[in-house]
Amino acid sequence: MSAVELTGVSLGFGARTVLANIDLAIRDSEFVGVLGPNGSGKTTLMRAILGLLTPRSGTIRVLGQEVARGNSAVGYMPQTRSALDSLRLSGWDFVASGANGHRWGLPLLHSQARREVHWALDMVHASDLARRPLAETSGGERQRLLLAQALLGRPKLLLLDEPLISLDPHHQRTVVELTRTLQQQLGIAVLFTAHEINPLLGALDRVLYLGSGQAALGAVEEVITGPVLSRLYGSEIDVVRVNGRIFVMSGGYDVEHDAHQHDHNEHHVHV
Amino acid sequence: MSSMTPTSTITTSTMFTYEFMQNAFAAAGIVAAVSGLVGFFLVLRSQTFAGHALSHVGFAGATGAVLLGISPLWGLVALTLLAGIFMGLLGERLHQRDVAIGIVLAMSLGLGLLFLHFFTAYASQATTLLFGNILGVDAETVWILLLLALAAVTALAIIARPLLFASLQPELAEAKGVSLRLMSVLFLAVVALAVAQCAQIVGVLLVFALMVGPAAAAQRLTTKFWHGIVLSVALALGEAWLGLMLAYVTDWPTSFWITSLSGCVYLAAVVAASLPTAAREAASPALLN
Repeated sequence: MSAVELTGVSLGFGARTVLANIDLAIRDSEFVGVLGPNGSGKTTLMRAILGLLTPRSGTIRVLGQEVARGNSAVGYMPQTRSALDSLRLSGWDFVASGANGHRWGLPLLHSQARREVHWALDMVHASDLARRPLAETSGGERQRLLLAQALLGRPKLLLLDEPLISLDPHHQRTVVELTRTLQQQLGIAVLFTAHEINPLLGALDRVLYLGSGQAALGAVEEVITGPVLSRLYGSEIDVVRVNGRIFVMSGGYDVEHDAHQHDHNEHHVHV
Repeated sequence: MSSMTPTSTITTSTMFTYEFMQNAFAAAGIVAAVSGLVGFFLVLRSQTFAGHALSHVGFAGATGAVLLGISPLWGLVALTLLAGIFMGLLGERLHQRDVAIGIVLAMSLGLGLLFLHFFTAYASQATTLLFGNILGVDAETVWILLLLALAAVTALAIIARPLLFASLQPELAEAKGVSLRLMSVLFLAVVALAVAQCAQIVGVLLVFALMVGPAAAAQRLTTKFWHGIVLSVALALGEAWLGLMLAYVTDWPTSFWITSLSGCVYLAAVVAASLPTAAREAASPALLN
């Protein structure tokens, strides 16, 4: 059974088509890095898998079933929001708000649900830092809390949207290693979007590269190549490998790194 | 002033023998409890300005009702509810639209002024509506406030869980099946009910004092959700009742005392919250980061 299966899927909003006629299958316990330039459809693809965006054509199957919003077997970690920077609520209460948070009534947790929150926090080694208010956690700590929240309900498929954004290289490595460990321990499928391939090297099983409405899924050495990326970027791309690191270059520019910087700035402007 | 001090203990002990004071205490208690509860979510969702705007819309509703010969309270409830639902439907599009909200807010006050102008006999109501007149609340109004409070609290209790989730993690809540727009509409309808009640106590201009002050102070003082809720209600009750007593003793306006207490408590909470953090940062800079 595939974790995610897209057959002839086209996605878009308004007059814009983001992804056109995509066929692909994510296996049930693999770590897939999702890359591509800004606007290539990484977040759009996740929203479609979550059932928040109806495909223009084609079918999406998630864990063997028709795609549906509110599937408890799908965990999701959205991009962190600037509003969380000033939140005085404890990490515990923040994470716990996601435990059956869609049900009507008072936000009281049964002992079963409390155990679930404790389990999720333990999985990401965040039980101690969950006592602190969110406003007093660092970027890396906050990503661990968000990851714990995504684990509530014990998903079989985990969608992580840009978990590395605005983290320094050390914390980026910590988050990637933690995700890999969780993915293997729990035997689940992970889709992990990022701007740069390098922090994910060594941890991921396959890479899904999006661009120009198309998608390429495969091993890093099959996908991150000049011909494939030239097709996805719609311009001449050189792939340079130095000391186990990969640089995606267009006319002397490092396009992945450049895209990351661009988004980084944008992120701060909005804060 | 000097003659008042020795007699003040006697006057506070006889305070409850007056029916208007009994009504005032009951009304203030009911409204403060609702304000503390609703305000907690209002502050958590960073929607305090929306609450402020709703109360101003209420002014036009109240004066319009007076013009039509209906009780101003019902005009207040009707128009704030309508405006709350409308704002909720606009949802995200209203986010960061301070200018648009501010202009609607000013227009509402202007419209209210026009209604008053047409009905000059009720001109004295302007001060009452703008700044509140808790000592003028009669027994019937207390019962109406109680019913409105029950409606608001019941609605809030039903939506509290998905509302908290949607407030903290909107994208995730949406993915899990929570309708963000429905949450926004229902919550702002509850806010509208609370604002209409709050305006009876402190007036439409000073709703912030009871709705936002205690809740914001509570969120400074505790990091736990339920502690925050209880503290927010307790502070609102304390400020409203203490304000009433001080007004009784000094003969100064109740709204002055309530707004002053609200301001002082918030200031104290900000100072208190910053002290231990600063000390901790100085003691162990390496731990934070």
